Amino acid sequence: MDREDIVSVQGLNHWFGTGEVRKQALYDVSLALKRGSLTVMMGPSGSGKTTVLTLIGCLRSVQEGSVRLLGQELMGATEAQLILLRRRLGFIFQAHNLHESLTAVQNVVMGVQVHPGIADDTAETAAAHALGLVGLSDRIGYLPANLSGGQKQRVAVARALVSTPALVLADEPTAALDKDSAAEVVDLLKRMGKTRGTTTLLVTHDNRILDRADRILSLEDGRIVKIEERA
Amino acid sequence: MSRLLQWLFGRLPIGWLQLTRNRPRFAAALAGVAFANVLIFVQLGIMNSMGSATLRPYGFFQADIMISAPDANALSEGGNVARQWLLQAMADPDVADGMALLIGNVPWDRGERDISLTTFGIDPTKPGFLSPAIAGDLGLLQVQDAALLDRLARGISRDEAAAIRPQTPLSFESEGRRITAYVTFAGGGGFGGDGYMMVSDQTFLSLFRTRSSSAPDHILLRLRPGADVQATVARLRSLISDPTLRIRSYADAAQEDLRYQQTRRPTGIIFGFGVLIGVLVGLVIVYQVLSTDVADHLREYATFKAMGYGPRFFLGIVFEEALVLGVMGFIPGLIVGTAILTLMGRITTLPLGMTASMAISVFLGTVLFSALSGAIATRRLAAADPADLF
Repeated sequence: MDREDIVSVQGLNHWFGTGEVRKQALYDVSLALKRGSLTVMMGPSGSGKTTVLTLIGCLRSVQEGSVRLLGQELMGATEAQLILLRRRLGFIFQAHNLHESLTAVQNVVMGVQVHPGIADDTAETAAAHALGLVGLSDRIGYLPANLSGGQKQRVAVARALVSTPALVLADEPTAALDKDSAAEVVDLLKRMGKTRGTTTLLVTHDNRILDRADRILSLEDGRIVKIEERA
Repeated sequence: MSRLLQWLFGRLPIGWLQLTRNRPRFAAALAGVAFANVLIFVQLGIMNSMGSATLRPYGFFQADIMISAPDANALSEGGNVARQWLLQAMADPDVADGMALLIGNVPWDRGERDISLTTFGIDPTKPGFLSPAIAGDLGLLQVQDAALLDRLARGISRDEAAAIRPQTPLSFESEGRRITAYVTFAGGGGFGGDGYMMVSDQTFLSLFRTRSSSAPDHILLRLRPGADVQATVARLRSLISDPTLRIRSYADAAQEDLRYQQTRRPTGIIFGFGVLIGVLVGLVIVYQVLSTDVADHLREYATFKAMGYGPRFFLGIVFEEALVLGVMGFIPGLIVGTAILTLMGRITTLPLGMTASMAISVFLGTVLFSALSGAIATRRLAAADPADLF
């Protein structure tokens, strides 16, 4: 594992189901993500992209192979260790998954308060700043129900980035955004990579993002079939 | 409220925000908790009033020891005791005085309705056995067919009772005799009668012709100052020839009567079950609200799990909701419960009403059953799998 690597995956195999219905989803997947890089993962539906994301994101248990995240081996890690690691990640889901009862700023505060010992004022200031970065300074007190689909997705992006995560895992983050907003979000991810060393691994079919990627991984039938270095 | 909870929990009050987001459901949940509280208050109030009503006649007398028949579980229940045991008991050096107590129910035809007065036949020359509030008028009972009447008895108007004085007594027919009440005392309706009446033992025996002065219902004993009640009870048990008699301190007799009414009499058991049903109703309502709320927010909870929030955080939200429901549902429950008990107390003259200890115990019980419901509801949190979010 290179010292610059935030993530190192070696010989990763993964199965779903048990017994006769057991089906292999990943075959000997190996990859590494460098600090501050933006990697796009592409592939048809069912190719294993989401499985890779959830395994690196400590949301599933590693069954076979090795996944090292931020220097820690995930194979055999305890639930408590996985929870601590997840606090250093930022997740952007295809559906925004905002809490409907919380305002935009409160939703983003949740991304800060996961780290114990941060004062309420500090959390709110950081959340308001993060919303400003995604162009929603004037919507901080709005409930999700009063925001457009694109605005909700930008709140979700702000929530993922507010505590400057080491790694952002994103699943179609620009699907609900217009062209300009999508470009702003990707530029923000790129900027965070350069200025703060935040690494991004995102799954997308959006060609507008491909131009900005440092590397493109192509998966098919649970295997990495192509790695394209862009930078 | 939001700020208060934020300060209290040290985080965003997500539970409160979730509950108040859907106002109609929140109002229905609070109404449900309040209803359960009212149910508990009313049942508990009746149970407590039964306790107060049971103990009330004990307060009319002053004694240290009571001797009763083996089957006398309550003041008005059981067989008689032989008067000779009073004489035997008086042989103990610490027994200062004794009095036979006769008890029976006297019907009184009041025209629109008949009432029944629990009547005590006592020795009018022994005021030391009566509470100070009654003892002063005891001399009046030496007049044949004279009575002290309960001014709070059901079926007797307050004005009518207030007019009863030695100069303007109230007479009425009962059991073929004309009873005259010269003064009144404060009693009240109970579960076994509409009120109380005190008469002399001689008047009592003329009212109850089948009863005999040699077989009273109980024997009351007063001890010399400084005497050890329990030691005297033990001595009397070996001194009195009948080993089957119930010889107890007066305080123990009252408590045993209370326990008997609450745990062995059907009324006590029914009201006890009423309280239990109230608790179960509250438990089910709070559980239903919380588990629905958890189910409605599984995706949000899964998102928080993905972000790194641990099990304690989710338990905290559910318990926060349980606390909010418990506390906010209790307040209207207390108000309505108090109003119902007061109204019932006025109508029945039973000692019904809200007490601080009842309010505190129901409040603590409400918080407890809400927390218990919350603990059960948290099992649904396991279904929030963050891997399903992608």
